[in-house]
Amino acid sequence: MSVFRRSRSRADFTEEIKAHLQLESDELKDEGCSEEEAERRARINFGNVERAQERFYLKDRSEWLEDLWRDVKFAMRQLARNPEFASVVIMVLALGIGASTAMFAFVDAALLQPLPYARPHQLMSVNESSVQSSRWPLPYPDYVDWQLLNSSFESLDVYSGTGFLLHAPGGTEPVQAERVSGTFFKTLGVHPVLGRDFLPGENRDGGPNVLLLSYGSWQDRFGGRRDLIGRTVHLDDAAYTIIGVLPRSFVFAPGGNVEFWVPLNHLSEHERTRSFFNFWGVGRLRDGVTRQAAAIQLNTISLQLQKEYGSPDGHLSASVVPLSEVIVGDVRSILLTLLAGACLLLAVACVNVGSLALVRSESRRREISVRGALGATPARLVRQFVTEGLLLAFFGDVAGMLLALGIIRLLTRLVPKDMAANMPFLGAAGVDRDTVLFALVVASLAALLLGAMPVLRLSLQEIRIGLSHGDRGATGASWRRLGANLVVVELAAAVVLLAGACLLGRSLYHLLHVPLGFKADQLATIRVSIPDSSKDTNESYKTIAQHISALPGVQAAGMTNILPVQCDCSWDIVHFPDKPDQGESKKLEERHVSSGYMPALQASLIRGRFFTERDTNATPRVALINQSLAKTYFAGEDPLGKRIADDEDGRPAVWEIVGVVKDIHEGPLDVLDGPAEYFPINQTQDHSFTLVVRTSQDAGSILTTLVKALHAVDPNIGVSDESTMLGKIANTQSALLHRFSAWLVGGFAGVALVLGVVGLYGVVSYSVGQRTREIGVRVALGAQRGSLYRLVMQQAGWLTLTGLGIGLVSSVGTSLLMRNLLFQVQAWDMWTLVLVGLILGLASLIATIIPARRAATVNPVQALRAE
Amino acid sequence: MLGSDDDPSMNEDRIALLQGTLDLLILKTLVMGPCHGQGVARSILRMSEEVFFVDHGSLYLALQRLEDRKWISAKWGVSENNRRARFYSLTTKGRERMVEKTSEWERLSRAMAMVLRGHAGESGEEV
Repeated sequence: MSVFRRSRSRADFTEEIKAHLQLESDELKDEGCSEEEAERRARINFGNVERAQERFYLKDRSEWLEDLWRDVKFAMRQLARNPEFASVVIMVLALGIGASTAMFAFVDAALLQPLPYARPHQLMSVNESSVQSSRWPLPYPDYVDWQLLNSSFESLDVYSGTGFLLHAPGGTEPVQAERVSGTFFKTLGVHPVLGRDFLPGENRDGGPNVLLLSYGSWQDRFGGRRDLIGRTVHLDDAAYTIIGVLPRSFVFAPGGNVEFWVPLNHLSEHERTRSFFNFWGVGRLRDGVTRQAAAIQLNTISLQLQKEYGSPDGHLSASVVPLSEVIVGDVRSILLTLLAGACLLLAVACVNVGSLALVRSESRRREISVRGALGATPARLVRQFVTEGLLLAFFGDVAGMLLALGIIRLLTRLVPKDMAANMPFLGAAGVDRDTVLFALVVASLAALLLGAMPVLRLSLQEIRIGLSHGDRGATGASWRRLGANLVVVELAAAVVLLAGACLLGRSLYHLLHVPLGFKADQLATIRVSIPDSSKDTNESYKTIAQHISALPGVQAAGMTNILPVQCDCSWDIVHFPDKPDQGESKKLEERHVSSGYMPALQASLIRGRFFTERDTNATPRVALINQSLAKTYFAGEDPLGKRIADDEDGRPAVWEIVGVVKDIHEGPLDVLDGPAEYFPINQTQDHSFTLVVRTSQDAGSILTTLVKALHAVDPNIGVSDESTMLGKIANTQSALLHRFSAWLVGGFAGVALVLGVVGLYGVVSYSVGQRTREIGVRVALGAQRGSLYRLVMQQAGWLTLTGLGIGLVSSVGTSLLMRNLLFQVQAWDMWTLVLVGLILGLASLIATIIPARRAATVNPVQALRAE
Repeated sequence: MLGSDDDPSMNEDRIALLQGTLDLLILKTLVMGPCHGQGVARSILRMSEEVFFVDHGSLYLALQRLEDRKWISAKWGVSENNRRARFYSLTTKGRERMVEKTSEWERLSRAMAMVLRGHAGESGEEV
């Protein structure tokens, strides 16, 4: 019957119990009980019949659950009994899981999640590219032709950042805005949550002043009022009608923290020329058109246009790259490096936990043997270990997730707001489905490791023979071998992380010590916009400079359109009429500065003179050049008196060189100085510039005074972004990314080093414990202290050297992988490798000296009596 | 399943120990020939000189477990006093397992003795 049916029927079992009771009462009657008494006692002897039946039927279903529950309870008790083990394992796991999960969250948000637009894979950044720069903006007429002639894009749009002075009841304030072509939002697939998108006519030249608000601006400036549509706001000197509000989720990273979106319907004189490169393209590929095909087509168009209209630069080509590439391109390698570092730390943590589990299984050998002998099947024992591993991994995972949340919060808070606007994906990092999944996968691997260690260690055969042996002696050797190998892995991983951290640290140091060409401390900076209505801008510059210079604590003040060390983003295409090859055009960094600027920076004049107040829009145009320009284009001749020719505001202009300054580091820290030219702001008439103020004390303390003073000059002056030069430099993307990666990898390396060294201590200390008797014999035979030290140190030394060797070799490999994060440091930097060796050696020495001392002070009598 | 020491919170482990023991006791009883559940219970009581109390619910669970493992087989029959009863008998596999289990038990008791003795002797050596 049981062959065909797995479990018996309920009736059959009830029948059996009935039979039992009958047989029992029969027997009791035979022993002399009355019939009634016999039946009663039979029932009592049997116990609770219903309960027995219940148990019988629940058996199949509940056995598994009950076993599981018992396993969990038992595992909990085992862990509670050894809280040091449990808490160390959970802590170490949490460190590994926390670090790697946090890094994964950023990688996920930046590199794996699609951009928050419709069908984002079709969105391309469309630009020109040249030899100097792979991403180079478009002139407006070129854009119009590209749009007309191409058949690869469903739609092609351009955007260009701008600033306005917002006149509000609370005062005048500069705001960030973006000018976009008509179908910009349709191309992205974004629809306003309130109001409407731009209408086709609004994009034409001379179209109406309308604007779309960002969601944040709608909430913060206008209180989220729904009746806002149709109202006007005053930007610069014009009234704009609000036509819509963009969704809360909408961000456009290349634009940064933009509040107002206006159509591109007022083009300036120079924006109409083919030599003013000011517009960034974004397009949506037609279905079935590849990026490459689109690039080839645009290239053909671009070449054709260059042939037709003459090319200012000669070698422009079209560049079509995924929009996501433009947004996350800069941080990709850093994020991947950080994730790799965190995973290495995770590996160290797992190995560490694994060897802890190994040590623990060693101390549980006797318990396991007894349980095996009592009939616990090997499968059951394995299950028990796996349950314990799962439980530990679970707690470690929970703690790790909490840690990851903390790390994510901390890191996102450390990113300055302006930069965060360019990297919206950083804000999107968090504990979401992908991240939880990642943490769970990691935790299950850890659980497997935790469970597998004791199982590997206590092979099933050993469970059987464990009892007959004592628990000391030969078995230690196999564990020692495994434990030692594991510790080598840990040390090697720690070395890789240490080397990475050192290289990144040295890069950061080099980066922060790049020669700037000026004195960066005690410089306050503040962005100033003067109203378009101020007719005599030269007079405005002068008044502002005078007022600011007169402030107490101010030594000098000057103006520039773009601060140094911020970006290499303002290029001019020029030629030198006095040179034989005057026809060939060159690309230079271009800055507009006031007469007080160079002295305020304490820049060094090499030849000629700085600008003076006498250089105005009424006098001939003059220019300063930097040393790089002089060396590159005027090698062996005197640049003074030579001329620079360019297109200024769409008209040809010629500037006479009056001075040469030592290179000021204009571009980002990690970009080398190139040729640069400086024009007097008096002759370029910028309405928006940065005031640079040299102070006699701490630059940060004067900022509020500066704001007040500027508003005292003219309440309609827009003031923003008050900071110090040092702060501006420290918050540049290159400094920030290098600092982040150096600190994070440094942190990972520190933790890994501690774990590795603790692991080494564990191995050495265990082996000393195992060899107490041997050491006792040696001492009894007259071994010297020194030789005992050597005995222990030798073992640790070999482990350290092996770990160091493997680690150094692999670190050269990994450093090569991250070489584009390195700045002025070679991947195989000798000093780094030596330093890492020293750190590890020293740390290992400390870890070994304690057990070595214990070995040296073994009392032979006690040691020999021990067994 | 079994705690390694005499922690008082280890009741469940003691039940587990009894369970393992019960299996062996059942097998031992059935060596003498097929028997029904009530007979097994009685004979365990008798064999252990009434020291072991057999919870009948556990007994029938154990019988079922052994039957599931094919260490014993069962069929309905008639007792000496003409009562219908379910008779259990030892299979070949069950016989082999019983021999194995018996030697395990002997090793265990030796080990227990050693552990208990060893505990006192080793106290100076424990770290």
